Amino acid sequence: MKSIGTEDLNSVVIRFVGDSGDGMQLTGTQFTDTSAMFGNDIATFPNYPSEIRAPQGSLYGVSGFQVHIGSVEISTPGDDLDLLVAMNPAGLKTNLSAVKAGHTIIVDTDSFTKKNLQKAEYQTNPLEDGSLDNFRVIEVSMTSLTKEALKDLGLDNKSVVRSKNMFALGMVYWMYDRDMDHTLNFFEQKFKYKPIIAEGNAKVLKAGFFFAETLELIPNSYTVAPSKMPKGTYRIVNGNTNTAWGFLAAAEKSGLELFLGSYPITPATDILHELVKHKHFGVKAFQAEDEIAGVTSTIGASFAGDLAITTTSGPGLALKGEAIGLAMMTELPVVIVNVQRGGPSTGLPTKTEQSDLLQAMYGRNGESPVIVIAASTPANCFDYAFMASKLALEHMTPVILLTDGYIANGSEPWKIKSINDMPEIKTRLVDGNSESTHPYDRDNETLSRNWAIPGTPGLEHRVGGLEKDKVTGNVSYVPDNHEYMTKIRQEKVERVANYIPDLKSDFVDEGDLLVIGWGGTYGSLHSTVGKLNHQGYKVGHAHFNYINPMPKNTAEVFSKFKKVIVCELNTGQLAFVLKGKYQEIDFMQYNQVSGLPFSVTKMVAKFKDILKEE
Amino acid sequence: MEATIEKKYTFKDFASDQEVRWCPGCDDYVILRAMQKALPEMGVKKEDVVFISGIGCSSRFPYYIDSYGMHGIHGRAAAISSGVKLANPDLSVWMITGDGDSLAIGGNHFIHVLRRNLDLNIILFNNEIYGLTKGQFSPTSLLGQKTKSSPFGNTQPPFQPGELALGARARFFARLGGNTPKEMTQLFIEAEKFKGTSLIEILQNCVIFNDGCFTQYTDKAVRDDKQIFLEHGKPMIFGKEKDKGIVLNGLKLEIVTIGENGITQEDLLVHDAKCEDNTMHQMLVKLEYPLATGIIRSFEEDTFEYREQQLTDEVQKTSKFSKVDDLFFSGETYEVN
Repeated sequence: MKSIGTEDLNSVVIRFVGDSGDGMQLTGTQFTDTSAMFGNDIATFPNYPSEIRAPQGSLYGVSGFQVHIGSVEISTPGDDLDLLVAMNPAGLKTNLSAVKAGHTIIVDTDSFTKKNLQKAEYQTNPLEDGSLDNFRVIEVSMTSLTKEALKDLGLDNKSVVRSKNMFALGMVYWMYDRDMDHTLNFFEQKFKYKPIIAEGNAKVLKAGFFFAETLELIPNSYTVAPSKMPKGTYRIVNGNTNTAWGFLAAAEKSGLELFLGSYPITPATDILHELVKHKHFGVKAFQAEDEIAGVTSTIGASFAGDLAITTTSGPGLALKGEAIGLAMMTELPVVIVNVQRGGPSTGLPTKTEQSDLLQAMYGRNGESPVIVIAASTPANCFDYAFMASKLALEHMTPVILLTDGYIANGSEPWKIKSINDMPEIKTRLVDGNSESTHPYDRDNETLSRNWAIPGTPGLEHRVGGLEKDKVTGNVSYVPDNHEYMTKIRQEKVERVANYIPDLKSDFVDEGDLLVIGWGGTYGSLHSTVGKLNHQGYKVGHAHFNYINPMPKNTAEVFSKFKKVIVCELNTGQLAFVLKGKYQEIDFMQYNQVSGLPFSVTKMVAKFKDILKEE
Repeated sequence: MEATIEKKYTFKDFASDQEVRWCPGCDDYVILRAMQKALPEMGVKKEDVVFISGIGCSSRFPYYIDSYGMHGIHGRAAAISSGVKLANPDLSVWMITGDGDSLAIGGNHFIHVLRRNLDLNIILFNNEIYGLTKGQFSPTSLLGQKTKSSPFGNTQPPFQPGELALGARARFFARLGGNTPKEMTQLFIEAEKFKGTSLIEILQNCVIFNDGCFTQYTDKAVRDDKQIFLEHGKPMIFGKEKDKGIVLNGLKLEIVTIGENGITQEDLLVHDAKCEDNTMHQMLVKLEYPLATGIIRSFEEDTFEYREQQLTDEVQKTSKFSKVDDLFFSGETYEVN
C-alpha cells in the first residue's frame, strides 16, 4: 500500500484550513516565504470562498491555503496532504478526504463545540467517534493556550482569539525545522505602529513553537532539505503580481508609459492593486466605471501612444468584446488580460477554470482575429505579460493574455529577471520625418501598420470601426477592399508564428503518448508526465503558451506520438481548436470542470490505463 | 498644457479631404463649419487636436476635421476620450456625441466623465431622435412623440440633458440652438479655454426624422423672445425689445416685464455662471420659457489629470524606485547558490 516514490519523500504537502476570518491565507503565506528562504522549491494554492466573512463555522465559509515544499523541483501544490491543520470542525469535514491515510491532522479542540459541530453537520464528534482512527490526530486546545500566552498583555479578547493561527504556525515551524525569524520580522514591519499587536503575535508564534518542542507531542522527523534550484537571486511571487511586473518591465523596455484601464473583478483585481502602487514609474492606473470603459479608455490611451492594457476575468471579457473588435479594426496595440475563473455567467468567482479560450479566440463579431497567449506558471506570468506587450506593440494588434485563478493566486519562487535580461521591444512609432504618410502603410514582413500618435505633426489621420481603405485609411465600402483588409488582418496575426518559439515536448520527443495542455495546468501535467517517465513509460508533455497563432512545428510534434491526449479544465476547448486545425490527428481528451486544479494521482492512473489499451 | 503657437491657421487647415455626407440642410454642417472656424482661434497646434466620437450621425464628425481622430463604438466616446487625455494631457481632446450615443447606450460613461472632470470638451448634438438608425425615439424625445418605434406616441419620459449633466456635477454646461454659427464658434473657443470638462448641448435640427423639433425656440422670428442668452455677470434680460427679465420669487424663477409693476432692470437676477453651488443653474436649465442658452455654468476646480499628476509628482519625489530593477530586487529576496 505504502509505495512512496523517492520524489514523495522529498516533498511535503500541508494545508491550513479554518474560517474565512481565521487568517489562514496569512498563515500559509508566512510558511511559504519562510520555506522559500530556507531554499525549498514551492508551489501554493489558496482556496477561499467568495464571501468575505462567511458565517462562522459554516461548511461553505472554509478558507484554505495549501503549500507544497520540496527538496526537488515542485511544479504543483500537490494532491494529497501530509499534514492538515484544521482550526474548526467545518475545516476538518471539508478537507479530510484529501489527507493521506496514516498522516497527521492537527486540530484546535477548543473549536469542537456542540454548536460548531452542528454547523459542520457532524452528528457525533469526530474526535471521539473513532472516524479519525486512520490518521494521526494531534489535539491541541489552541484557543485556550493562545489566551494563556497573552493573558498579561492587555489585548482585547477579539485580538487574542484572532492570533491563534500563529499558534498553529509556530507548531508547524517546529515540525519542519523552520526558523521563526522571517515571521517575527514580518510582525515588526506590519505592526510598526501597533507594537502591542506585533508583540502578541510573536508571543503566540513562539508559544506554539515551544509547545510542540517541549511537550514532544510531535516527532521532529519531517525535515525537508533545500532543493537544487539554479543559482541566482529569488523572491516568492504570485501570478497576478508577476503579471503586473511583466507590464512594468515592458513599459520600461519599450520606453513607453504604462496605462491600465480596469474595473474590479475577482480574481483579476490584484493586478490593478499592484499597478496603482507604481506611480513612481509613471504608471497611469485608471479605475473605470465599468468593464467597457476599462477597455475603451485603454484603446484611447493606445491611440495616444501609451503601452495600454486592461485586466479582467471571464464576464468582463464578454463585456469588452465589441471594443476588442475596435482595437483589432483600428490595429492598435492593446493587451487584454483575462484571469480566468469558473464560469459560465458569474460562475465560481474564486475558483479556477480554463473555459474562456473559445471566447478569447472567437468572442467578437465579424472576422476578428487577435493574438491569444497564455501564461502557465505564477513565475512565467512575468514573461508572458512582457511578451503580450511586445507582440502587441510590434505587430500592432490586440493581444489577449490568459491566466487563471490558480496561477494568479498561487505563488512560487521566481528567479528574478533584470530588465537587461529581457528582449528588445521595437515599437512602430513614426514621426513627422517618416516616409510613410498613410496610417495603413504596412511593414512587409509583419504586415503591421505604423503608429502615428497625436502630437506628431504632419501625420494627422482618422481611424475607426468602419472598414478602411487599404492605403489611405479613409472609410471604404468597396467590396474588394473589404475582402483584402479582412485577409490582411488575418494574415498579420498568422505571421506572428514567425516570431514565437517552437512547441517542444518535455521528457521525450517521441513515444506512446503525448500529453497536451495549455496555460495554468502546466504544473500538474508536468508532474504527471514526470511520474510516468520515472516509471518507465514513454510519455511526452507539450504545453501551449502561444495559442493564436500556434507554433509552426505543432503538427510535427504531434506526429511523433502514437496517441495524443488534450487535457483541459473545461469540456474541450483547445481540443476543439486542434481538431479543426489538425484533422489528420485523433485527439483524445481529458477534461475536468470542478473549479479545482487537476489531480496528479488521478491523471497518472488514467494515463496508465490509456497506455495499456491497444 | 498646449503650447502657444506662432503659425496662424485658417479654417481650411482643419477641413479634411473627405466629402461631408450628412443630409442636405442638417444643422451638423453649421456645427462643423463653426468648429473649423473656432479651431484656428484656440491657439492650439493642429497635431495636438483630437476628435473622438461614438456612433450616430454626429459621430461622423471626426472624419471631416483634419486632425487626429477616432470614430469609436456606440456610447463609448467618453471613455475613449478619457484614455486619450490621461495618456497625453497636453492634447486638446474633443468628444462628439449625440442624444442616443451619450444619454442611452453611453449614459454610464457620460455621467462619470462629467463627475471626474478631465479637461475635455464634449459637444452633444441633441436632435431628440435616432437619425442613423432611421427615426426611433431617443432618451430626449418628448412624451407622446410619434416615431418609427413609437407609432402611437412615445410613453418614455425624456431626460433633460442639462439637468442630468448638472446632477452628475458638470463644471461647464452651455446650450445653443443649431442655427447660431457665430455664437457657436465663440462658445467652442470658450469651452477650450475652460479647464475641466466642458459640455455643450447643441439643439440640432434633424431635417429628415424630427424636422422642426426646436423651431419654437430657434426660429429667427421668435428666437429673441423665446430664448434668453445668458452671459456671466449680466442681468437676465431677453426679448426683442429687451424688456423681459427673470427674477427670483420664493424658490421659483419668474418672468417679468421691465416697466410693469414697478420692475426695473436693477430688480433682475444677474447671471453667475461661476458660482460653485449649481442650484440656480439647475433652475435655469429647467426653464421652458424662456429657454436658457449660452454658458449656464462655468465653475473651475482642479481637473482629474491635475490631481493625478500632483500625486505622481509627490510619489516620485520620495520613492526609492526609479527603474523596475529597483523594485524587482527590493524587499524579501534570497540567494540560491
